[in-house]
Amino acid sequence: MPAVAETRKTVETLGQNTYKWGFETDIEMDIAPKGLNEDTIRLISSRKNEPQWLLEWRLKAYRSWLEMREPTWAKVHYPPIDYQDVHYYAAPRKKPGPKSLEEVDPELLRTYEKLGIPLHEQAMLAGVELPEGEEARPPVAVDAVFDSVSVATTFRKTLQEAGVIFCPISEAVQEHPELVRKYLGSVVPVTDNFYAALNAAVFTDGSFVFVPKGVRCPMELSTYFRINARNTGQFERTLIIVEDGASVSYLEGCTAPMRDENQLHAAVVELVAMEDASIKYSTVQNWYPGDENGKGGIYNFVTKRGACRGARSKISWTQVETGSAITWKYPSCILQGEGSVGEFYSVAVTNNHQQADTGTKMIHIGRNTRSTIIAKTISAGQSDSTYRGLVRMMPKAAGSRNFTQCDSLLIGDRCGAHTVPYIENRNMSARVEHEATTSKISEDQLFYCRQRGLSEEDAVGLIVNGFCKDVLKELPMEFAVEAQKLLQISLEGSVG
Amino acid sequence: MSKQFVSINGLCARIDDGEAHKEILRGVDLEIPAGEVHAIMGPNGSGKSTLSYVLAGREDYEVTGGTATFKGQDLLALEPEERAALGLFLAFQTPVELPGVNNANFLRTAVNAVRRARGMDELDAVAFLKAVRKETKHLSMSDEMLKRNVNVGFSGGEKKRNEVLQMRMLQPSFAILDETDSGLDIDALRIVAEGVNSLRSPDFSALVITHHQRLLDYIVPDRIHVMAKGRIIHSGGPELARQLEAQGYAQFLSEAA
Repeated sequence: MPAVAETRKTVETLGQNTYKWGFETDIEMDIAPKGLNEDTIRLISSRKNEPQWLLEWRLKAYRSWLEMREPTWAKVHYPPIDYQDVHYYAAPRKKPGPKSLEEVDPELLRTYEKLGIPLHEQAMLAGVELPEGEEARPPVAVDAVFDSVSVATTFRKTLQEAGVIFCPISEAVQEHPELVRKYLGSVVPVTDNFYAALNAAVFTDGSFVFVPKGVRCPMELSTYFRINARNTGQFERTLIIVEDGASVSYLEGCTAPMRDENQLHAAVVELVAMEDASIKYSTVQNWYPGDENGKGGIYNFVTKRGACRGARSKISWTQVETGSAITWKYPSCILQGEGSVGEFYSVAVTNNHQQADTGTKMIHIGRNTRSTIIAKTISAGQSDSTYRGLVRMMPKAAGSRNFTQCDSLLIGDRCGAHTVPYIENRNMSARVEHEATTSKISEDQLFYCRQRGLSEEDAVGLIVNGFCKDVLKELPMEFAVEAQKLLQISLEGSVG
Repeated sequence: MSKQFVSINGLCARIDDGEAHKEILRGVDLEIPAGEVHAIMGPNGSGKSTLSYVLAGREDYEVTGGTATFKGQDLLALEPEERAALGLFLAFQTPVELPGVNNANFLRTAVNAVRRARGMDELDAVAFLKAVRKETKHLSMSDEMLKRNVNVGFSGGEKKRNEVLQMRMLQPSFAILDETDSGLDIDALRIVAEGVNSLRSPDFSALVITHHQRLLDYIVPDRIHVMAKGRIIHSGGPELARQLEAQGYAQFLSEAA
């Protein structure tokens, strides 16, 4: 069938695009020797000037990690990882804060430029002080994570006035130790899983957000994660706490330079929502997926979990995952507070030899809790994508409801899409719904679009964006545009 | 402009039907001069729709012989979107649904794609909306249809009107209407016919494929061709439609045999 052959041809050309964000920044680094042992952890802890309790916490995580095994239940395959062949600490060498852009390492500025960060934001990211008034203009606050250390934080002042704390977690350890000590590991315990334990032992930085009672965070919060140093594992730790009646929208965007070796990434994100609080956490992830032969690419083993502790609290995860060689990620909600709401909106695109095993867990504990799961999976090339989701209704979750919809779209005939729903219902009055579909982009659709003058590539972009619309509309505006572009770039050449 | 605007000679095409090849077009000859509207009638399975797909460039069909030119260009050598840019438009017998794709957005993307290819400026959102509102009014379509997803949940009549809307917005010079009358009530038929008739000009030709003489009361063709078993077996003036309606295809089929 010529039509199928056409699609296959286009899928094959897919991987030949050069990775748009494939660049590397050459700046002076402070790197720990390869390998993981208690000394590495003590080194990280002392470099970051941490209190004793945190060192103990890390060591406890490390000791439990030693007892744990790497999980093998996910539908992903990769060669064994040598955890002793990884640098666990790499930081740009610290100088005293720059007074102007001229003093900032030009390599760093160039990196920001390639990421498309506007100049006035670059200055703020690099910690340069600007005249009054200028900082209020852009509506997004950015905390850039450059390798393991947050280089700078912007819009601190606007946020401070609202009472919002938004800073690197290493700084929060120094400035707000009581908050960090109270909540760190309270959603994802150090012993939770293999990767989370590893992260707890060696995390170097990440973001910390605290929104006090009744405060609506005055701007969207955003973090750019970058993986930069060769062979450096990236272990981010993010902690977001939103008190009663408060709300925040947090955007996380990821790009990484191109490289040959596989890179390990094991982040942990913890969200805590108290009574009537709401947290919206959006991710656009386009880390290097490896080349068209499956060489290189990021291993992304992430633990993200939110606790709806208070009544009527709400946590909403939205993710657009187009990158990484391997994705292992299940942003989850623990719905403890009565009437609390959990949402998971996901688009996962895999191409070439990418593998993704992603989904969510909705744990309904409280009465009348509700959850919605919309997962869209797009597979092209020889990639393999799995939706894996758990919906658990606990005995006290009376009147709780879940709705799950999983749709898969296949491009070509060598890729795979799988849906693995786990449903556990221990309450007779709880209701769980699951819908799933699998489809291919039909030749009818492509021909119809092309007859109307669209190129095959634009037609695929249009159809894929249409397929993902229910998820994309959940993204904040500035992210939605980027995500649409990203979908098109990820599938470029998948036809024509 | 050459007098033979659309010129089809000895066109043969087949479809891969599993193992076997199935010949569908067996030497179609057809000339449509600029400014003329021709109709093709014929029994089911005679190859009418296949002819429209082959002219528009659908890849499931393999052209095994003959030629087709449009404005002097070898139509068969062009990609479907290049044919569209050149001015060919096919109103589908069964318009395709595009879930999640906003109708107005689709239309604007298509209009700007052909405008770019024809060396014209793209329409901005405001200019586009103005142009499309004018057309929807002509076609008695509600604005709400622009907000829905392309053909998703449209009634049969709405789908056909949407095809005519696309045709008018894309300003083709050669339109093929593949059974656009099927599933239309008499009022919708009149509106659709008016949408085609008002495009008639010395630079616009159309090929209307239909089963029913009724449509040809509203779109009066310059010529009518009878197609059977993959060939044009008889041609005549507009009066042929009534003859076919009264007597059926039998006499032409036996003549052809």
